[in-house]
Amino acid sequence: MSLDRLRIGFIPLADAAIPIVAADVGFAAEEGFQIELSREVSWSNIRDRLVLGHFDAAHLLAPVAIATSLGLAGMKATLSAPLALGLNGNAFTLSPFLHDELVAHLAPGAALSDPLATGAAFASLVRARHGRGDEPPTLGMTFPFSTHNYQLRLWLDAAGLIPDQDVRLAVVPPPYMVDALQNGHVDGFCVGAPWNAVAVDLGLGRILHLGVELVRRCPEKVLAVRSGLLDGEPERIEALVRACVRAAAWIDDPANRHETARILGAEDRLDLPATLIRRTLDSRLATGWRDEVRNSDNLLLFGRDGATRPDPRHARWLHAQMARWGQAPASTAASDAAAALYRTDIYDKALGAAPPALPDDALELFTG
Amino acid sequence: MRIGDHANLLERIYAIDPDVILIDLADPSRDVLEQMFQMSRAVRRPVGMFVDQTDSASIEASVEAGVSAYVVDGLRKERVKPILDMTISRFNAFSRLRSELEQAKSQLEERKTVDRAKGILMRTRKIGEEEAYGLLRKVAMNEKKKISEIAQSVITAAELLA
Repeated sequence: MSLDRLRIGFIPLADAAIPIVAADVGFAAEEGFQIELSREVSWSNIRDRLVLGHFDAAHLLAPVAIATSLGLAGMKATLSAPLALGLNGNAFTLSPFLHDELVAHLAPGAALSDPLATGAAFASLVRARHGRGDEPPTLGMTFPFSTHNYQLRLWLDAAGLIPDQDVRLAVVPPPYMVDALQNGHVDGFCVGAPWNAVAVDLGLGRILHLGVELVRRCPEKVLAVRSGLLDGEPERIEALVRACVRAAAWIDDPANRHETARILGAEDRLDLPATLIRRTLDSRLATGWRDEVRNSDNLLLFGRDGATRPDPRHARWLHAQMARWGQAPASTAASDAAAALYRTDIYDKALGAAPPALPDDALELFTG
Repeated sequence: MRIGDHANLLERIYAIDPDVILIDLADPSRDVLEQMFQMSRAVRRPVGMFVDQTDSASIEASVEAGVSAYVVDGLRKERVKPILDMTISRFNAFSRLRSELEQAKSQLEERKTVDRAKGILMRTRKIGEEEAYGLLRKVAMNEKKKISEIAQSVITAAELLA
């Protein structure tokens, strides 16, 4: 008897680990199905292939899933997110030139890990450039509907800059981000792991901030499915949720880090050195600035602290960012529609677990 | 124009102001196009999509999602012209349908507004339906406005006074 097969698209990023491990370590097989993974190059492709039915599920930016359901851009289709693929994992990286310029504007005694201090320094350098008639910096982010876009804007906004006027924000898909920094298309970027570490290793960039320094519990990717598939064959998706939650617990076990890094590094997965991916799993990143190393136990959360259970408050926050930056109507109806994507009911049913107690603050922003 | 490298793609697209956009589903520069659609809502262009696999469900889904042409198997030189023509003509037909639908929807909304305003007038002035409508029409003619606009003012005023 051949096993049921689910096709899942992913972008080469560390937070694609959950479906990759579910497929490669046998958690899917335990649930009686097979995962066929397909590596994609851009977020619009992965979204469209999900919408068109080429995929049954996808590793998708949470805001893309929301925007697609609200019909804000590109294709419109009703999607659901029965599982979050962890939290956090992003970082800001600047070219050594821009990093030096920022450090020169930093207030005496201010810490480079303090986003308010670096924001003020960045605002000061942007104004200095403007005063000299120089070009503003160009910062890369992964998609108009991405936490990378919103994290950069959160930082710029808190520093009193107007993102759409004072800097240039350019879209670059994650696997091309380091190239874009190398060829000078961008002067810095916000992208998910492990691409910041890649830029540091090549000497092309320095990490300015870990994403967690701005947002302690930041929504990132979800496992997105077409709502039609979820309603029609809920048991297939519930089996997928179970396999993924087990995979996340397996990844969390420090004894499995070596193997996780090896699996993710494979040619048909992220196609990067396992040692480099390992640094993200160990939550220790060299920033490339002198011999500084930043660490955080929250650098990238897979299964710990309820990270896989979709939190509708995250969806509402993402909708609020879309509304803040003119991408979505600021209506309660749109916020409700965004929250409705996060199917905690399916998650809880799949695991046969009662809804857990949630932290009071779903996000913990640096702006308070 | 064929989009080869992504540097300054946005500026180039703005400068060229294309009549049609053809998308190769596997091209990474697509995300940059999405940024353009975001920055300029007014940009509505026919979109043709080239894909490497298909089934009837995918085609149906692409039509529902507003793709003007869903083309299976690669971009071959001799096929491009007819595909371009088809993409544009389908987009135009779809746009026409959409504007007709929007018109029908707004007419329905206007009728609802007028009905509500009539109800308010009938209750507050103790008059019949025809008389209420006649009143709205008279004011609209005097002020050179649409009946639905006057009706909206009646509703707003009633809400403020309630």
